[in-house]
Amino acid sequence: MIRFDYARPTEVSDAVREGAAEQATYLAGGTNLVDLLKENVARPTRVVDIGRLPLAEIGETESGGLRLGALVTNSETAYDSRVQERYPLLSSAILAGATAQLRNAATNGGNINQRTRCYYFYDVATPCNKRNPGQGCGAIGGVNRIHAILGTSPHCIATHPSDMAVALAALQAEVRVTGSDGERVIPFADYHRLPGEEPWRDNTLKPGELVTAIDLPAERFTQNFTYLKLRDRLSYAFALVSVAVAMRIEDGRIAEARIALGGVAHKPWRRLEAEEVLVGRAPDRAAFDAATEVLLDGARGHGANDFKIPMARKAIPRALEQAAAGTPQSQTDKRLA
Amino acid sequence: MSEAALSLANDPGREVASSAIGTVPVTLTINGQEHRLAVEPWVTLLDLLRERLHLTGSKKGCDHGQCGACTVLIDGRRMNSCLKLAVTLDGSEITTIEGLGQPGNLHPLQAAFLEHDAFQCGYCTPGQICSGVGLIAEGHARTRDDVREQMSGNLCRCGAYTNIADAILEVLGTEDRE
Amino acid sequence: MPDTRHEPIRVGIGTPLNRVDGEAKVTGQAQYAAEYPAAGLLHGVIVSGRIARGRITGIDETAARSVPGVVEVLTHRNRPHTPWLDRNYKDELSIPGDPFRPLESEEIQFSGQPVALVLAETFEAARFAASLIDVSYEAAPHNIDFEASLAEKFLPSKKRNSYHEPKNHGDADAAFDKAELRHEARYHLAVEHHNPMEMHATTVDWHGDGTLTVYDKNQGSQGVQSYLCNIFGFSKKELRVVNAYVGGAFGSGLRPQYQVYLAVMAAKHMQRSVRVVMTRQQMFTHAHRPEAVYTVKLGAEPTGKLTAILGDATTSTSRFEDNMEDVVIWGMINYDSPNMKGEYSIAPRDTYTSADMRAPGAATGMTIFEIAMDELAYKAGVDPLEFRMINYSDIDAMYRTPFTSKALREAYREGAAAFGWDRRSPEPRSMREGRELIGWGMATGLWNAEFVETSARARLTADGRLEVASATSDIGTGTYTVLALVAADTLGLRPERITVRIGDSDLPHSQVEGGSRAAASAGAAVQLACQAVGAKLLAAAAKVEGKPLGDARSLEDVTLTDGYMILRSDPSKAVSFADAMAASGLDVIEEEATAKPGLGDRISQMTKSRNVHSAVFAEVRVDEDLGQVRVTRIVNAVAAGRIINPKTARSQILGGVVMGMGMALHEETMGDPILGRWMNHNLAEYHIPVNADVHDIEVIFVDEPDPEVTPLGAKGVGEIGIISTAAAIANAIFHATGQRHRNLPITIDRLIAT
Ligand SMILES: Cc1cc2nc3c(=O)[nH]c(=O)nc-3n(C[C@H](O)[C@H](O)[C@H](O)COP(=O)(O)OP(=O)(O)OC[C@H]3O[C@@H](n4cnc5c(N)ncnc54)[C@H](O)[C@@H]3O)c2cc1C
Ligand code: SF4
Ligand code: FES
Ligand code: FES
Repeated sequence: MIRFDYARPTEVSDAVREGAAEQATYLAGGTNLVDLLKENVARPTRVVDIGRLPLAEIGETESGGLRLGALVTNSETAYDSRVQERYPLLSSAILAGATAQLRNAATNGGNINQRTRCYYFYDVATPCNKRNPGQGCGAIGGVNRIHAILGTSPHCIATHPSDMAVALAALQAEVRVTGSDGERVIPFADYHRLPGEEPWRDNTLKPGELVTAIDLPAERFTQNFTYLKLRDRLSYAFALVSVAVAMRIEDGRIAEARIALGGVAHKPWRRLEAEEVLVGRAPDRAAFDAATEVLLDGARGHGANDFKIPMARKAIPRALEQAAAGTPQSQTDKRLA
Repeated sequence: MSEAALSLANDPGREVASSAIGTVPVTLTINGQEHRLAVEPWVTLLDLLRERLHLTGSKKGCDHGQCGACTVLIDGRRMNSCLKLAVTLDGSEITTIEGLGQPGNLHPLQAAFLEHDAFQCGYCTPGQICSGVGLIAEGHARTRDDVREQMSGNLCRCGAYTNIADAILEVLGTEDRE
Repeated sequence: MPDTRHEPIRVGIGTPLNRVDGEAKVTGQAQYAAEYPAAGLLHGVIVSGRIARGRITGIDETAARSVPGVVEVLTHRNRPHTPWLDRNYKDELSIPGDPFRPLESEEIQFSGQPVALVLAETFEAARFAASLIDVSYEAAPHNIDFEASLAEKFLPSKKRNSYHEPKNHGDADAAFDKAELRHEARYHLAVEHHNPMEMHATTVDWHGDGTLTVYDKNQGSQGVQSYLCNIFGFSKKELRVVNAYVGGAFGSGLRPQYQVYLAVMAAKHMQRSVRVVMTRQQMFTHAHRPEAVYTVKLGAEPTGKLTAILGDATTSTSRFEDNMEDVVIWGMINYDSPNMKGEYSIAPRDTYTSADMRAPGAATGMTIFEIAMDELAYKAGVDPLEFRMINYSDIDAMYRTPFTSKALREAYREGAAAFGWDRRSPEPRSMREGRELIGWGMATGLWNAEFVETSARARLTADGRLEVASATSDIGTGTYTVLALVAADTLGLRPERITVRIGDSDLPHSQVEGGSRAAASAGAAVQLACQAVGAKLLAAAAKVEGKPLGDARSLEDVTLTDGYMILRSDPSKAVSFADAMAASGLDVIEEEATAKPGLGDRISQMTKSRNVHSAVFAEVRVDEDLGQVRVTRIVNAVAAGRIINPKTARSQILGGVVMGMGMALHEETMGDPILGRWMNHNLAEYHIPVNADVHDIEVIFVDEPDPEVTPLGAKGVGEIGIISTAAAIANAIFHATGQRHRNLPITIDRLIAT
């Protein structure tokens, strides 16, 4: 771990000013940043502890949604009665991730900003374009069992590891950020990015910008939803493939469907075309398979992760069935619904 | 920054209250006792407990949030102390295994672990017990499945899981004891 | 007169006793290697190398040395002088080859090899400085790919001491060719890392008077002591090794690991106390279970009776040491067949030397053999359990010697009954509930019952307290408690009056704790020492006025209960320990004794086979589409002779079963062939079972009286639990899905039907 200065502002404006400094980084729950500091992957010269900023509340938005403060912990969010009642998908996805003690420390802002779990990214003895631009990508041609099958670039095939973010993508949340240029709101679909030519950039935050809240829109999916996560053991493992579904069924037909995938790309993976395939159709296997094909169009494995394609091909219709049947996946009873 | 301050802080039993350059003053209440410390920002709570305060009950099993051996209660909530920079906890109350109960005066969960042989080498045990105490306080666990899932943040390489679940279920006092 | 108002207590062998070290462990008072304070302690952080093979061409330490608090950086260039003869570096296990010598030279032999040790006043300063050390290398071609290494496989001429050559019988090739039923398949087991929860660590307390205490994580304090004394020129009086509490090891502590070498080297060099703790990543740079391929060929008559057993296995090792395991012998020992042949070789690659990990050889070989047996059972159309019974051997089928005992039939019977095996529907894919396919599988476990020379001391004081001591270890195995029980049993004392001291090289001699032998061996030594104390007590009792015990000469003549010797022939006559000692003017009775194999005529080391057996039954539920496996039930019925402490013994089996689940489903260290490096070297990506993975496990100990195997009749239970658990699970997965998996672990990607 390198040495750094430490600041603990109590006002957002101060934090943003501190955060604007060269090589400064925000510290929230620390469950990802402290890990990366120890690995010498994160090398800030200034750590801005945002833990005391007044961003730890869950409140109503004007448009009838919920505003999740960036510093509300993952546990508080998942067990908040408003979240549980109105956005059970989000609650479920959070509880599918990490562990009770990590979720007690982890914050909502930190969760969506956590970095990839690519083995090479974490190991400074190996090459990685995300960590050291231009060094090459160790995972391509290396051990890439946990890597992406969609939206990759020749420079990086990492995935985004968050479960919560997959649900937020399906719920079409918005990310509220504040920077030296003031506030802006980023639709969730535009928040994370694909690696492209700049694999070191995980998201579209500008340097120094601070996430202050995540807004959930008024629209609720309380009947037909699920978060289905497949992983290497039954708990405490990152998703190999996960599927968040939020659906509205009217008169036996799908009126609206949102599908987001985790574990397969550098960002939660959505394709509106795939969702459109479902609209107006009966919630049956044929419809689900058709949507799955569109969603996975262009999927490509890199050897050890080839299995993710058939895995996703089976998991997506299954999740759609769970949602349509109103039998969401339990995160406690490990039998798959 | 002054390394003298560092080595002083390392001196067994000695606490440094000064705000030497590079250190940050921090007040922590650990197991009911207030500690005024001057800590460098890169010191984790776990290393502070183990190396500077000689509270070695909290274990280091990975140092990366991957095992749960370092679990302590921070303001009543269980967390991985290896991923907490001590400076961020100024004003917090921390309970470690040493604060839960002592030989001859065991916390009910410690007693249940002993009775159910819920450990072997004992290295994961303080973390398991702190985690179990946190789990009970959270109040989200009723069934054995709940306990299994909510205790999955504590690895036990000796494989005492079924006995750990038994011990926690006993203290939870729910029916699902099997 | 004994106090007849209280019930005489009799806690002893067979009593399910809570761990006597349990209170220390649940309160955090038990101290592990990295937890001993020492004045003026320096913290050492190891810098790990980047390449797999080649040499160091330069080390820039400038930045590291300028970090305030850093006092020294040790590398191959400035390390203190150490002997150059290989034999100085030999440890108790003595694997043929050139043992790894940390910081010896610029040569790099494996990725993650320690290349420097940074010493600083604080851990944080050392960690920071370590990150600043800039090492340059000249890489040489390397290979860590096991399949590629098979091109170089060989059988070493100098074999490891513990290796057992397979004994062939008949003409197995011909019999296989002629057999009506045949099965042939190649199986593979991935590399596993031990990953005890405590990372390898050493605290050297440098006393400043030429002596030092080395608190080290290992499985044998005296072995590490000899190793360190040989290398660093200390006498055993000067250098003491303590491993009073060991946070698991599973074999990774059988050999001294490099942190103890570095810590002692640094302490000697600096003349100061030093602590070195490996990181979890560094735990992947040393001991690991070898990767293995094993081709099994089985021939049988149509009835299922085996006519040929052929096995050919290769396991991985390093390029500098020839680590060997017994892989192919287990099926040959266990099953009756007129023709059998075993072949074994090792394949070198550019990693650290593979090592013993819980049930080395058998966890690989018996597990795989039992998957092959399952395959042939299906071919024969015979129930897998019935198939084992058809081929049951009452004698050791390979050595053709009788067993001291073998209650495997009873284990099969009791295990099957508890599991409900008779309700199994034979066809694969024939049991389901909702979307889950249910599978039931079984397998047989086999391991050695070892017994090694061990000494112990017993010391009874006039206040009625007993201390027993031996240099053996408790790595979670329950040794403390077992020894307390044996002592309680022998002298009729309450366990609260007994203190057990182990894990210290100053104590009476004991070998490294491995092979599930500590309980039987140290237990026997403690029993002998306590019997010697008992004999002294009896002699002392003769001095008590009125000689209440009359002419009682032998311990057989009295019952020892709760501090009294009571005459068997007339229980109204008794003498308390205290009175006996007082009458003879004794404050202390102290006796040391050594239990040895071959002692007396009961222990038939050579003429009989000595083994532990088990029958494992598993239920799995596999999601039909998504391949998610849940192991919902395990019954493990174990025949391990006399069980000294049913409580801790059960835990040992539970732990073995859980590790077997990991072997079946999760554990795999994956290497990058280009970098020659293990990549998932952490506990987030090297998966071991978590609580949610573990459901019902039932442990049964079948009755197996065996006065011959060891003096206590105990066989040891540390490893049998893991053996073949993975086979039972793999066989259950076949029964559930109809998919046969010959690659362990059976991870979800392998299960996702394509
Ligand atoms: C062993 C392990 C297993 C895990 N398993 C899972 C899993 O299965 N699923 C899952 O989803 N997650 C998992 N996690 C990840 C965990 O959810 C994240 O580490 C956590 O959510 C991060 O939140 P934090 O508050 O601790 O972030 P920090 O560590 O404090 O910060 C993370 C990053 O976000 C930045 N940041 C934080 N807050 C803000 C803000 N408000 N504005 C701008 N930038 C910010 C920081 O600068 C840093 O780069 C696991 C973590 C560990 C260690
Ligand atoms: S996949 Fe991305 S993060 Fe991983 S090594 Fe390649 S560039 Fe780095
Ligand atoms: S030491 Fe903190 S989680 Fe492992
Ligand atoms: S008791 Fe040894 S790791 Fe849990």
